[in-house]
Amino acid sequence: MSPTCCHSIFTSSVGRKYIMAITGLMLSGFLLVHLIGNYLLLIDPALFNAYAHKLTTNPLIYGAEAILILIFLTHISLAIKLTLENRQARPQKYYVRKLSGRGATWASSTMPYTGILILIFLVLHLIHFKYGALYYATYDGVEMRDLHRLVIEFFQLPLHVAIYVATMVLTGFHLSHGFWSAFQSLGFDHPNYFGLIKKISLLYAIVIAVGYSFIPVWVYLSPYIAGGTH
Amino acid sequence: MSSSKNMTLNLKVWRQKSKDAEGKMVDYQLKDVSPDSSFLEMMDQLNEELIAKGDDPVAFDHDCREGICGMCSLMINGRPHGPEDETTTCQLHMRKFSEGDTVVIEPFRARPFPVLRDLIIDRTALDTIMQAGGFVSVNTGNAAEASAVAICKCDSDLAMDAASCVGCGSCVAVCKNASAMLFVSAKVSQLALLPQGQVERRDRVLNMVKKMDELGFGNCTNEKECEAVCPKGIKITNIARLNREYMSAALF
Ligand code: FES
Repeated sequence: MSPTCCHSIFTSSVGRKYIMAITGLMLSGFLLVHLIGNYLLLIDPALFNAYAHKLTTNPLIYGAEAILILIFLTHISLAIKLTLENRQARPQKYYVRKLSGRGATWASSTMPYTGILILIFLVLHLIHFKYGALYYATYDGVEMRDLHRLVIEFFQLPLHVAIYVATMVLTGFHLSHGFWSAFQSLGFDHPNYFGLIKKISLLYAIVIAVGYSFIPVWVYLSPYIAGGTH
Repeated sequence: MSSSKNMTLNLKVWRQKSKDAEGKMVDYQLKDVSPDSSFLEMMDQLNEELIAKGDDPVAFDHDCREGICGMCSLMINGRPHGPEDETTTCQLHMRKFSEGDTVVIEPFRARPFPVLRDLIIDRTALDTIMQAGGFVSVNTGNAAEASAVAICKCDSDLAMDAASCVGCGSCVAVCKNASAMLFVSAKVSQLALLPQGQVERRDRVLNMVKKMDELGFGNCTNEKECEAVCPKGIKITNIARLNREYMSAALF
């Protein structure tokens, strides 16, 4: 290992690119796992509650949560620092500035803003669910939190559904730039595979945005749908 | 001979007396601009009128006027080197504009590129980066036999593509972060791809990136505006290569 290794990775523009890319990819992985867990909610309330119970009572959860928080904080704090630095790199603005149409996209140019909105959502999300109302259910003599009930109740309010869906769409935009961007930052540029990475990036963003949004919409609409069949 | 008629243009030009003076946009109407003239000839025409009136001519950079030196710059209607792809300002023709158009002309802007006067900026920062590692050290003497070192056509093509960077700074100018990544990546790539560049390969990338950061350029966020406006068509695959080069140099 070279003597410049760790110092330059944490301080240089290129080194910090890697950190943004790696933490971003890790968070992308987390989002996917979280999404799969969420779908248990639609399959069976007991299964969803049992899954959440297993997850939160496992002693390893503290370590896993700590690592997750560290990844989030690294990604967010570094993003803020880099954005502020970037602002300073052009003190005098242009009188006219036109985008080429072949470079920046809405998603790429709003990364700091979508990022901040996702952060605000994240805090509310923890307050509403992790630290939300404590309902209990008992399955086979084991008492556990009834998170299913909490989720169902929460999404009876159209405003909650709207905010949730809007944030998931913004997250989709954030990911559509962030995902391929991470590969570029880590130095992938294979002529045969790079187009594929961009396609996967878009697909992944759509899966996350639509996948997450579907659940609250379904929860909100299902009484009406069920009511209609009676 | 072009059949189209000469036109009248409304110019908005950045005027600034000196490095520390306050600048402002100034309006000029320029009549009788030939569509066959180049953009810089149009600027010359403006300056002749200004001089005839006893005003200060607009200072702007240029040298070869044939698209190879990278000296011309100018942000034209919000795009470096104007509306035409892969074309420097000096190679841009006025036929790209129409009668009555408003043409906004500003200097390239970035913290490391201070405006010296009007449209002239100081791009020494790019040279400073080159001095930090954009070279190969070879013994002087007779030129080596050209075929003594065999180089794959695949690599020499990529190296030539990277080497076509003229160092004009339009990538910095267009980047919302004023990042110099495309420039540095081209300069790192052109040497990293060739055998002559191997000796200093590791130090080169570390030192050039370090210098780029020190000089106050921003951080690249992969928006690709640089690639879209580069007058020499330098691709961001060079930035990916720089990222790989840096990783192997910093870690191993
Ligand atoms: S003046 Fe030399 S490239 Fe334009």
